[in-house]
Amino acid sequence: MGAIEKQRHILDFTLSSLGRRTGKNIALVIVYALVIFLIASVLFLADALKNEAVQILQDAPEIVVQRLVAGRHDLIPTHYMESIKTIRGVQSVESRLWGYYYDPFSGANYTLMVNADLNDHPGAIIIGAGVSRRSEPGKPLQPLRKNDLIPFKTSGGEVLTLQVKGLLPAASELVTADLILVSEPDFRKLFSVPNDRATDLVLQARNTKELATIATKIAQIHPDSRPILRDDMLRTYDAVFDWRGGVILMVLSGVFFAFIILAWDKATGLSAEEKREIGILKAIGWETSDILLMKFWEGAAVSLTAFFLGIFLAYLHVFLASSLLFEPVLKGWAVLYPHFRLTPHIHIYQIAVLFFLTVIPYTVVTIVPSWRSATIDPDAAMRL
Amino acid sequence: MIHLQDIRKVFNAGQPNEFVAIEGVNLTIDSHVATALKGPSGSGKTTLLSLLGCMARPTSGRITLKEREITSLPERFLTEIRRETFGMIFQQFNLIKGLTALENVMLPAYPKGEKHAALKRRAMDLLELLNLAGKALAQVEWLSGGEAQRTAIARALINNPAIVIADEPTAHLDTTLSREFMEIMRQLKKDGKTILIASHDPIVYESDVIDRIVEIRDGSIVLPGDGA
Repeated sequence: MGAIEKQRHILDFTLSSLGRRTGKNIALVIVYALVIFLIASVLFLADALKNEAVQILQDAPEIVVQRLVAGRHDLIPTHYMESIKTIRGVQSVESRLWGYYYDPFSGANYTLMVNADLNDHPGAIIIGAGVSRRSEPGKPLQPLRKNDLIPFKTSGGEVLTLQVKGLLPAASELVTADLILVSEPDFRKLFSVPNDRATDLVLQARNTKELATIATKIAQIHPDSRPILRDDMLRTYDAVFDWRGGVILMVLSGVFFAFIILAWDKATGLSAEEKREIGILKAIGWETSDILLMKFWEGAAVSLTAFFLGIFLAYLHVFLASSLLFEPVLKGWAVLYPHFRLTPHIHIYQIAVLFFLTVIPYTVVTIVPSWRSATIDPDAAMRL
Repeated sequence: MIHLQDIRKVFNAGQPNEFVAIEGVNLTIDSHVATALKGPSGSGKTTLLSLLGCMARPTSGRITLKEREITSLPERFLTEIRRETFGMIFQQFNLIKGLTALENVMLPAYPKGEKHAALKRRAMDLLELLNLAGKALAQVEWLSGGEAQRTAIARALINNPAIVIADEPTAHLDTTLSREFMEIMRQLKKDGKTILIASHDPIVYESDVIDRIVEIRDGSIVLPGDGA
């Protein structure tokens, strides 16, 4: 009971100590929380984006087969499908048609993709939310609606007008913002793609363990092809977001080092006032351990307040404010910028790492100089 | 009660600025007696007081408190003895700024883990005894010199020590307040406390509260008074 009361007394004293140096401590908490906020924002954002990518790629084909000509992606002959189907373990093979279209009016690049459901409705398209928001220079923003007409210029220079039949759900906006779904005949007309060619082939396998073997066999049968596994795509996404996260962390490292200097400065030098107080406390009967306990509580109070404040603000920033600060770097570069909210996704591991890299060292460095002061003879207080 | 035997205290030993503050001191302080350590500035009064109050260790010699040899005790035990046996009143009062008078009085008892309500009650009783109840919640930097002094006295008494030690307690007080201080010491002596005051103020050592004057010069006792 006495031990609890003692802790309570010392904690009371610590909090009133912090209150007595309000300005200094508030400044410290603000700087500290800002550092946590910035680092946690980058970690949350990179992780949430990677998580979104994983969610999206879960529905992606297990293997995509592209054709390379002179090291560049080229249209693939659809008869390749016949030979690929014969490989043991391949369940199904389909061809895909997709490409990019530059719209000179809005200055944006659209992704056009053939959707088999539209093949019976030539002239119809379904558009993503970003496309519907497109703005034309000099004109007020007018969102596209169902039944609106969009003129396209074919590769032969003719105008092909397509009608909006529907909009893609906003929930999928991260990947569908710039997407336009078209029918196969319209796609071939627009880009002059011969009937025996496709953009790439996608295939499903019976056993995912055989994917690598199937990929090797495809490359043997068609040496000009490049099979891409879903895992490779995941790794690429991971690498891209990690790289982008790394770029921001590099920039933030300056802030982090500034914080370390601040913490070190505070740690290595107790103010004369603080030394005087430690001397008085020792002289009136506080033990060295009581003083260290007080300093521990002081460091922990500052540290934990700043840590949780920083984490909370980072959460708001990333998941409610769409990462206003880092948006341009982490999400990519596009005219049709996706508007979306990331699904809150936090790794407890990341929080723990951040905690051990900030709160623990800070608390320790605040104790060290106090320990030096607390071990002096109490008679120093007699000469203050 | 306290016995000093052949005490020597050297600061910065072995360095060019080595300084012998106390040399060959033998002294016995009896219980329930008010003793004044008298001497000019730099004579070693404060050093002797800090040795008597377990706040510093002698370089050589032995100190016994109630027949117990304390010179070789570890720091933790010395702190406990200091907390339980001695109440310290410092020359500069050494109150902690930003805290109230009440909080300052309660501070020495915090490590004991006493119930907060009981501790607060005792602290308030002491402040009332010293006519400071009205200032209990005032921050100490707003107190007058006399009020700060009485707050420091209340703080020294919070753990009900057997011995009250005061270092130049009247150095920052006018004559009236100095006499008031000695009246409080009279009351404490009547209550059975042992009083030890280092001072070169005649109001202190000429007061009839003081039973014995020990005169110090250049780190040695030149006049041990009665009971040496």
